[in-house]
Amino acid sequence: MKPPPFEYARPASLEEAIALLAQHNGDAKAIAGGQSLMPMLAFRLAAPSMLVDITRIQGLNSIDIDENGISLGALVRWRDIERHAELAAAHPLLAAAIRHVAHYQIRNRGTVGGSVAHADPAAEMPGIAATCDAEIIIAGAQGRRSVRAEEFFTGSLTTALAAEELIAAVRLPTWKHGRRWAFEEFARRRGDFALAGVALYYDLDTDAHVVDPHVGAIGVADRPIRLKSLEQLLAGRVVDEALVREAAATAAASVSPDDDIHAPGDYRRSLLGVLVERALARAAGLQLAEQA
Amino acid sequence: MTTVTTSFTLNGKAVQADVEPRTTLADCLRHKLQATGTHVGCEHGVCGACTVIIDGAAVRSCLTLAVQADGTQITTVEGLAPNPTELSPLQASFRKHHALQCGFCTPGILTTAHALLSEEPDADEERIRDVLSGNLCRCTGYVTIVEAVLDARAAYAKNTKHAKVAR
Ligand SMILES: Cc1cc2nc3c(=O)[nH]c(=O)nc-3n(C[C@H](O)[C@H](O)[C@H](O)COP(=O)(O)OP(=O)(O)OC[C@H]3O[C@@H](n4cnc5c(N)ncnc54)[C@H](O)[C@@H]3O)c2cc1C
Ligand code: FES
Ligand code: FES
Repeated sequence: MKPPPFEYARPASLEEAIALLAQHNGDAKAIAGGQSLMPMLAFRLAAPSMLVDITRIQGLNSIDIDENGISLGALVRWRDIERHAELAAAHPLLAAAIRHVAHYQIRNRGTVGGSVAHADPAAEMPGIAATCDAEIIIAGAQGRRSVRAEEFFTGSLTTALAAEELIAAVRLPTWKHGRRWAFEEFARRRGDFALAGVALYYDLDTDAHVVDPHVGAIGVADRPIRLKSLEQLLAGRVVDEALVREAAATAAASVSPDDDIHAPGDYRRSLLGVLVERALARAAGLQLAEQA
Repeated sequence: MTTVTTSFTLNGKAVQADVEPRTTLADCLRHKLQATGTHVGCEHGVCGACTVIIDGAAVRSCLTLAVQADGTQITTVEGLAPNPTELSPLQASFRKHHALQCGFCTPGILTTAHALLSEEPDADEERIRDVLSGNLCRCTGYVTIVEAVLDARAAYAKNTKHAKVAR
């Protein structure tokens, strides 16, 4: 279908954009890449009275890597992450996950800020933000505030963002050298949203015990989640085949996805177990025996 | 209904159109500028038929507003051939390899492949298949399309004149 009618503005600064959003009392919406909002408009799932195009605001599209971590500006596109020379080493988990986002043409326009604001429960960037203890940097009339990813995502397509606020950046903590990690997802076709996905990482102490495990999952709840029971199981242990199998069972038991048109809830739960098994084996460099 | 003017360069020519803000670039091209080479299938970003090249990057024209294209350089399928009686090397390769049947998906696939090979003239089969995953074709089964794109790579090799074909 065609989008419903709306007015359009293309402010040059963040302040101007925030003022425009505020003037419309929650009835105006930002548009960045448009790769989620345009389909929402075409399906008439959204009908804002004004679109505030933020794509020409300067200073929101940089990727900064320093000793405090990695900052992704809201307007950084998937293609910018894919092509960034240092990012694959500075945050291999992020780079691996973003490779799974959408198709070539969509990757040329879709942005980090748009994905995090849209908050699809199966989207990779929100999943990485939740897994990695990211901070969402939010700009509003009162200045900036920062919200931890775990508090930012409040439900399916819902976040802690107010209608007159904009995401300015997403900050990821520094990636430690030598860290074990893996990203695994399953989608029915290349570029589709995942039916389920797992991101995980941990460090090792001198005796190869797991330190500070982080495990996140997408597509199995109304938002990206951390698998806390699995993190507890892994902490302090040596990853071997028995632990990998136990981890898969723990992960599957810890979620209760709803049935939807793409898959029954039980399918997603079972898939999560398989993905956790693969991810953990890959992170630990284990070759698992085939199971009957 | 309020309209706004959007101006951009279409296949090397300056154009402008008065559109409602909600008008997609696809509809602006087809209905306002009579550039009907760009096809519209799903209107929500899934099929790839509407792919055009904006400032060198292949994008969905159904997920881009005409007003957002203001000030940009756009190449559509009409901009690929060097003149009305000659095919571009990519188009010629599609013909040679029978890479189309009904032709509905073809404008989107040609623009996608043109953008890809302009950026990555040495894209391998895996990369080509990965990129073409964003374009649905209900006729060919893709095999001939992949062969045609692979075969067209030589024309885009760096430093040849074709590498600069209508950006
Ligand atoms: C066919 C298809 C397949 C896709 N597959 C995937 C996939 O596999 N994985 C995946 O993660 N995504 C996928 N996407 C979505 C894509 O990644 C989007 O680009 C992304 O979700 C939204 O980014 P955007 O810049 O396009 O946002 P927009 O569509 O412009 O905006 C989305 C929402 O975010 C708001 N917004 C945008 N920027 C800001 C900001 N800075 N501050 C506050 N609010 C803001 C808008 O108001 C809107 O509500 C797919 C899309 C399509 C069409
Ligand atoms: S019409 Fe644009 S992707 Fe289908
Ligand atoms: S040739 Fe018919 S859809 Fe591709």
